[in-house]
Amino acid sequence: MSVEVRIRHRFKTFALDVAFEAERAGVTALFGPSGAGKTSVINAIAGLSRPDEGRIAIGGRVVLDTEAGIFVPARARRTGYVFQDSRLFPHMSVEDNLRFGRRRAPFPVDEHEIEHVVEMLGLTHLLERNPRALSGGEKGRVALGRALLSSPDILLLDEPLAALDAARRQEILPYLERLRDETKLPMFYVSHAVDEVARLAHEIVVLREGRVAAQGSVFDLLTRIEGGIEGMGAVLDTRIESHGEDLSVLVFDHGRLYVPRVQRDVGTRVRVRLRAEDIMLAREEPRAISANNILPATVSAMRYGAQADIQIAMGAARLVARVTRASAKRLELAPGAHVFAIVKSVIVDAAG
Amino acid sequence: MTLWCMPDLLTPDEAQALLLSLRVSFVGVFAALPFAVAAALLLARTRFPGKIVVDGIIHLPLVLPPVAIGFLLLIVLGTRAGLGAFLLQHFGIRFVFSWTGAALTSALITFPFQVRAIRLALEGADPGLDEAARTLGAGWLDRLVNLTLPLALPGIVAGVITAFAASLGEFGAIITFVSNIPGETRTLPLAIYSALQEPGGEAEAARLSLISIALALIFMTLAEAAQRKMRR
Repeated sequence: MSVEVRIRHRFKTFALDVAFEAERAGVTALFGPSGAGKTSVINAIAGLSRPDEGRIAIGGRVVLDTEAGIFVPARARRTGYVFQDSRLFPHMSVEDNLRFGRRRAPFPVDEHEIEHVVEMLGLTHLLERNPRALSGGEKGRVALGRALLSSPDILLLDEPLAALDAARRQEILPYLERLRDETKLPMFYVSHAVDEVARLAHEIVVLREGRVAAQGSVFDLLTRIEGGIEGMGAVLDTRIESHGEDLSVLVFDHGRLYVPRVQRDVGTRVRVRLRAEDIMLAREEPRAISANNILPATVSAMRYGAQADIQIAMGAARLVARVTRASAKRLELAPGAHVFAIVKSVIVDAAG
Repeated sequence: MTLWCMPDLLTPDEAQALLLSLRVSFVGVFAALPFAVAAALLLARTRFPGKIVVDGIIHLPLVLPPVAIGFLLLIVLGTRAGLGAFLLQHFGIRFVFSWTGAALTSALITFPFQVRAIRLALEGADPGLDEAARTLGAGWLDRLVNLTLPLALPGIVAGVITAFAASLGEFGAIITFVSNIPGETRTLPLAIYSALQEPGGEAEAARLSLISIALALIFMTLAEAAQRKMRR
């Protein structure tokens, strides 16, 4: 299901002018600093605001077309919106909150589906509670379930983790990953945190001052050394090939990674993240070294800032290593040079 | 009719005045409630030219002399002409010299109390919840019934109780519009006034005043409790 968004709107303080398409189901991150217009975009998609000009189509269903005079009101758009502040109805139990959207959806209520979502989000023991008696993380999960159960065509998440502390974030992230992997829903995920985006997104739309600054797949955008998103070394889609005594072997297109044992079945797809700071470069294959992962690669691009960002390629997979400028000079790094990437640590995002 | 709980405290006339007061206030306040909710919604949720004037008119009974209100009602609803004559002729409804007229007066006088409390509750509601309900497929009537009004309930309760308490004390407008007929329009304040007109009626007036004070205290405490619940 593709989502097409083209909107222009003049606010008092800034102008929004964005156009992008999200081609497939999966998570599209709207990434950018606060004030970039991320929330304005999803508000327009949800029908909570009415842009001056534009066209929005969700899976071919036109919900806004200012030229044709089409404006489908929010209640008929079938968007599941998870707000940053969860916005649970305080006068209803958790269960009534969860069922609120489902009762108003144009399909009969499916008890199995409700049960499934309640179980998936770990809400079984909370159903009778009043939302006021929930922790921040629990509220977030209920809000997620409520949006999901309204049987939407698209899920809109407005920084659902921003109001939570680190521990609560870790509590919700696995649920978001499960949601991403188990449902076929397109999801728009608003965030200004690189970590979250690298962990969850397939596609990234970078917004800056009300405009689209860049768009691409997470694998591409996070490994660009210019015009992308800095601060991340690489995101790789891998599959668990085998488990050793205390290590698991992950394969990706052009290599293998050895990581501390992952508690998932062989064959499971897991996403791993490498930080640019955690990748060292060598011109000769190092021996007798504690690092488990040494990947042969070729330098594909370089950029000198305060430090040197070296983009290296292994077939289609790309990584970015951040080294000092002195090291880059000493190693005589240049595009085309053969190197070995020594990966000091790998972040494995295994849900569940 | 006697009050079963205090047969020895009150004379039959006094009990009658008390019961009539409660009935007049009850009917008046609850008849006005739907209109008060509508007016509060209008003021809290919409924008239109002349809103400030409408706001002023709704609050007029707060500042107008009650006698003037009674006089206006008499002009409009008196049976000799105008609306009053029309109602009597076609529907057999007569407000003057009737307890229903007293109820109507109390509805009008206490209307601003209700509107204010309900409006405050509506304005204090989180607009984000309304947005959430919209994205979940709820239309405006759905949201009104299942979200807006339940959330404003403490404000509505506070408004009703305050209005009820204020209504029990209404004197000038009632006596001007529906006169002072024992058993029909002689509410507590009118009974106190009547007692004071008679030689030796001070004791009766004092007893009735004490009842008024007790009632007022009870209702104001209830209203405050409702307001507190709303703030939480």
